Amino acid sequence: MNGRGVVWLGAPSFPVAAKQALADPQLRANLKRATTTIRDKRLAVAAELDDWEALRDAAAAIKKRTARHLDRYLLQLEESVTAAGGTVHWAADAGEANRIVTELVRATGETEVVKIKSMATQEIGLNEHLAVHGITAYETDLAELIVQLGDDRPSHILVPAIHKNRTEIRDLFAAEMAHWGRPAPEGLTDAPRELAEAARRHLREKFLTAKVAVSGANFACADTGTVVIVESEGNGRMCLTLPETLITVMGIEKVLPSWSELEVFLQLLPRSSTGERMNPYTSTFTGTTEGDGPSAFHLVLLDNGRTDTLADRVGRQVLACIRCSACLNVCPVYERTGGHAYGSVYPGPIGAVLTPQLVGPEHAASLPFASTLCGACYEACPVKIDIPRVLTHLRAEVVEAQGGRTAEALALKAAGKVLDSPHLFAAAQKAAALGGKALARKGRIGRLPGPAAGWSDTRDTPAPPAESFRSWWRKNKEDDR
Amino acid sequence: MSSREAILARIRSALADVPADETPEDVPVPRAYRRSHLAPAEDRTAVFSERVADYRATVTRTDPAGLPATIAARLTARGAERLALPAGFPLELLPAGPWEWHPEPLDTAALDGLDGTITLAAVGIAVTGTIVLDTGPGQGRRALTLVPDYHLCVIRSEQIAEDLPDALARLDPARPLTFVSGPSATSDIELDRVEGVHGPRTLDVVLVTPEQP
Repeated sequence: MNGRGVVWLGAPSFPVAAKQALADPQLRANLKRATTTIRDKRLAVAAELDDWEALRDAAAAIKKRTARHLDRYLLQLEESVTAAGGTVHWAADAGEANRIVTELVRATGETEVVKIKSMATQEIGLNEHLAVHGITAYETDLAELIVQLGDDRPSHILVPAIHKNRTEIRDLFAAEMAHWGRPAPEGLTDAPRELAEAARRHLREKFLTAKVAVSGANFACADTGTVVIVESEGNGRMCLTLPETLITVMGIEKVLPSWSELEVFLQLLPRSSTGERMNPYTSTFTGTTEGDGPSAFHLVLLDNGRTDTLADRVGRQVLACIRCSACLNVCPVYERTGGHAYGSVYPGPIGAVLTPQLVGPEHAASLPFASTLCGACYEACPVKIDIPRVLTHLRAEVVEAQGGRTAEALALKAAGKVLDSPHLFAAAQKAAALGGKALARKGRIGRLPGPAAGWSDTRDTPAPPAESFRSWWRKNKEDDR
Repeated sequence: MSSREAILARIRSALADVPADETPEDVPVPRAYRRSHLAPAEDRTAVFSERVADYRATVTRTDPAGLPATIAARLTARGAERLALPAGFPLELLPAGPWEWHPEPLDTAALDGLDGTITLAAVGIAVTGTIVLDTGPGQGRRALTLVPDYHLCVIRSEQIAEDLPDALARLDPARPLTFVSGPSATSDIELDRVEGVHGPRTLDVVLVTPEQP
């Protein structure tokens, strides 16, 4: 955890971690298969809605409206949740959120909680914090269970165990389930149906006895105090319904102005994330309901770097993210390195812009560079976050923070001087043509000399043409006048 | 200063560029999206049936007179005999036969021991193939349609909204709502879809359309 409380940051840095990941052909095969599958499904169901672009425009605008008036909507949310019988807590950072949740669990006298998959609780390292205080948190999403049993880390926002194939999962269940509760059945094969059944049996005893549940939130409506949880397996419904106490940890950016805005987001989220018209289960609840579900409901509003992100006029748009993970599945960098290389619970393009903002650009300095700036993520984003723009903005901040001493900064400074002077520019072009000729093999330069060597380690550079455009123009066109 | 005050103060200072007199309505939200994705010629109930079936759930159509027999046929096909019965479910719809009906309230362990449950619904959504339960009469508590492994849901054609915007407008957010689109499913293992993880593994929808003259 870094100073501001976001787990697993930056060790090793992206370039080092990515190099290790690239050397793992099994990982690359698992990822390629998975990202291609979701990508195709997403395209098909998004294409069913011929107003997809209009929905994206509306979503981006609603998020912008919310961000620009966030204080007002949070106060309204607090009021409506309280009126509906819930209790609202405010947590400035990870430490405070963890303390609040721990105290709430302790007050119930319980030492076990069941959990719905949640990015916010991953971000603050809640499970680890609870464990230190003698409370066991059971992850109940199948993928999170796989990650927890393997003492592993999630590598994807939607499918955290995307890096594991069925055989790896079978072996893990057979070896580890017994340490956490009901063991895997004898002779378990690697058929997904059997694996899901083993998870069902393993977790059912927890669901039926747990007194406390912890969740995140996909949305919360300020006007009604309604919290929305979108899921597939029914583990979410189990946690929201059977325990006596429910504790929801929610980033402050998840608030929506009103219940009716869900008409936009419930169309965009399932289609963007799992490529379905609708996910199997969406639960909405407002405070507590007599005789149905938990009798105590606590909503923890988490800042943890979000207000700093809000202060950045270019970067604040990242707070619109609805964690659909569409950007991961279209990213050529993510597809090859996987999520672990990003060193954060938020991997892929969104992680590359969110993580440095949550923790400050002095940490996570390599993440804004973990992109080709191809723009596929912007195109896929249902709330139109201009990820490439934020990436370049953050790159500039990183270079600035490093005091302009990097090879790139020095090169750009030198280039600035040359480009300012037509005379120097012509001379440089002539030199480049000569130098290029000397370096190039079959028109490509494999390795650049000097400070550019690092850049060229993994890339080929096209050789400069033998003659510059300016020189060609002077010879061929100026005579025509 | 409390964290509440600190966070609110940080938000206000972060938004120094937002003019003090700006209201949320000053940030325009373009609403060019459709209220419904149903084509003018498309039949709500036909689209609903097709899309529910797309999730590997079963949809059976019947008219009011044929409802008890249809329910009997579905239960027989599934081998479900011991069923939880929510308060307010119209008893005249229940078929006569070998079925044991266990009325609410039931505790979780009792629910877990039953074969399934039968309920009504609040709203259906044609375009997404979704049924929405709002715990109203005949629908039961949320646990009722969650713990048992089988769910038979009876919905009338006039309850089916064309699309999400229409459906949300019909629902009361003060009630706990459950949007159900097919049986419980996971795609966490190599993105292979498997039905039935923690919720009901089998979903039967019985769609009641008015009698044909």
